[in-house]
Amino acid sequence: MSPAKALGREPGAVLDGFVLEERVHRGSMAEIWRVRRPEASAPLVMKIPSFGDGDDPAALVGFEVEQMILPTLSGVHVPRFLAAGDWSVQPYLVMEHIPGPSLRARLDETPLPPAEVARIGTRIADALHDLHRQHVIHLDVKPSNVMFRDAGTAVLIDFGLSRHDRLPDLLAEQFRLPIGTGPYISPEQIAQIRNDPRSDIFSLGVVLYHLATGERPFGNPTGVRGLRRRLYRDPIPPRARNRDCPPWLQEAILRCLEVAPADRYETAAHLGFELQHPGQVPLTTRASRVCRDGPLTTLKRRLRRIGVEPDLRRSATEQLSRAPMIAVALDLAQGSEALAEALFLTTRRLLQTEQGARLACLTVLKTSRIGMDSSVDAEGRSIRMRRLVELRHWAHPLGLGVGRVTHHVLEAPDPGAAILEFAEANQVDHVVIGSRGSSTLRRYLGSVSSQVVAQATCSVTVVKARPAEPASTAQPVEPSPPLAP
Amino acid sequence: MAPRPTGGSVRIALLTDVHANLEALLACLEHADRAGASRCVFLGDLVGYGADPAAVLDIVAGLVARGGAAVMGNHDQATLQGPSPRMNADARAVIGWTRSRLSPDALAFLAGLPLSLEESGRLYVHANAWAPEQWDYITSPFDAGRSMRATLCRTTFCGHMHRPALYHMGPDGRTAAFTPTPNAGIPLGPPRRWLAIPGSVGQSRDGNPAACYALLDDATDVLAFHRVPYDVDASVTKIRKAGLPLSFNARFEAVP
Repeated sequence: MSPAKALGREPGAVLDGFVLEERVHRGSMAEIWRVRRPEASAPLVMKIPSFGDGDDPAALVGFEVEQMILPTLSGVHVPRFLAAGDWSVQPYLVMEHIPGPSLRARLDETPLPPAEVARIGTRIADALHDLHRQHVIHLDVKPSNVMFRDAGTAVLIDFGLSRHDRLPDLLAEQFRLPIGTGPYISPEQIAQIRNDPRSDIFSLGVVLYHLATGERPFGNPTGVRGLRRRLYRDPIPPRARNRDCPPWLQEAILRCLEVAPADRYETAAHLGFELQHPGQVPLTTRASRVCRDGPLTTLKRRLRRIGVEPDLRRSATEQLSRAPMIAVALDLAQGSEALAEALFLTTRRLLQTEQGARLACLTVLKTSRIGMDSSVDAEGRSIRMRRLVELRHWAHPLGLGVGRVTHHVLEAPDPGAAILEFAEANQVDHVVIGSRGSSTLRRYLGSVSSQVVAQATCSVTVVKARPAEPASTAQPVEPSPPLAP
Repeated sequence: MAPRPTGGSVRIALLTDVHANLEALLACLEHADRAGASRCVFLGDLVGYGADPAAVLDIVAGLVARGGAAVMGNHDQATLQGPSPRMNADARAVIGWTRSRLSPDALAFLAGLPLSLEESGRLYVHANAWAPEQWDYITSPFDAGRSMRATLCRTTFCGHMHRPALYHMGPDGRTAAFTPTPNAGIPLGPPRRWLAIPGSVGQSRDGNPAACYALLDDATDVLAFHRVPYDVDASVTKIRKAGLPLSFNARFEAVP
């Protein structure tokens, strides 16, 4: 870009129909302008790469990467892409303007209360999971790249270091140094591995650590040697910095910060799930750590790192497909034993094919729409406990290890809506639900399973128990549908 | 791939190494038609190996007459001039048989094909840009870089290699390879230069018997590689009945 042209950018200038209003940011890589279109009122921003004096090749390639990836993204967790400039004239990207300060503004208030850390963490995890589902790994998760919509929804910005599973990774070819931001970069990124979505979980762990303690877990190192320290030196446990950080939150944060991706959460959805259900976080030795590991352990870790080979076949798509969130809905009050068994067999089949899957066992305690919540009195509590015990009993023969299965008694007047809401809030990939045949009454009123099938945004498997007696001896009001054997 | 804000665009089907496989060609053309392609560009080797050279050339000549384009491949040239000494024995055997099946019109169509073709900043060539008539293969980013440096066109489409591949070169001349995922649109945007090999229609050689071709949106420069299933058994049976060499059949049959 010639200096003359760069000087020509001032408020009021028009570029391809976009009126430049105010320069809101001027960095080494790009300038950000607030722009508008005369005929539209929606606020927009224009990102213009700067390849001026510094001539940082990263600025150019990073801009290319973002221009490639942003148009492929959709949904509420990313800014909407509007237009791209002609490279031969003036490259730029125009996207939706997400107002307000980034998460960085909250760093001044740290340490934040644990519930607030979990709330923010859940929202970022939701956004990351949505991004990973779209085959993209962000690879530069940090507070200044997280914005929020009015409803609190997290929005990820700046895809200049990102990687799309199905597009060429321009950065991998370009640089022989780690690409990321010092305090947040994952151990595998330091080793130039850019195909693991769990790198984003590590960086989110750094963010959560900072929010919970007011300190960064690995400081702000510069230089590859300083960055590499996190491969063998574990951070000071959050509770040693802030006694108010509960064990479950320390467990979640330290699990995100594990050096080996396989020791972290399988997916951002799994992390978001635990942050929403603190009572179900399985506490390991991570939760009780009070100080860092000694020099011997650190040395052992250092030696173990030698010769670790990256898995070249990994990708966001691959990782997510291996670790789905499965929810099975059981009606323990009225369900038949045959149906519970059919549900068990189907669930076991699903779990056998995906070793990283997580199972949430649900049952809904129906409450009246008006009047007192049944759970407040002693009777309600005991019913809830009984359901929980029954859920555990049902799931026990699946033999799932700690952290792979959780149990939930939901209380709601509308069981179908409660199941749908749970699936939505917890990024469930697959709901398994039973259906008790098809009486006229049920067809007339509508069943819970058909409501879930109709409205769920994820896959739903409806399980039926084969009738124990021959179909002819049953006495349906109408002839059975041909589904029954 | 999200569409970019542009006016009317044309989708170009890029087909190469049909090798006289009528079933594979028809399957790709049907797929391309459903995907909204309005133009076909053939990147050479229309004949050789397969049992339907006349029918394939008839279709291709018709598509070229209706605004399409085609360039010459080494098998097309050998059919006209006789096999080159660099060809293997089986390939040479097919050349003579193919020639005997073609009408004077079909041979004239083959003879009229250019070695390469440039349009709208795109180069269509069978093997490579640095010496199209030598038929050297592009097997690495190094070869791809050599080819990209030999043309002023920002995007090159070629065949010859029977596996889908995509190479790209940054403004600093660094070249890298990418293995495309079927159906995923890839924007071949500036300032980068690109060299795309759609893979063979009639004789894929990557263990997947499905036909390969690619679709380019000429307004957005978004390229998608596709795999199209077709009746492989029918093609193989025709090759057997024609008494053509079986070693090629092995390529079809080696796959599960």
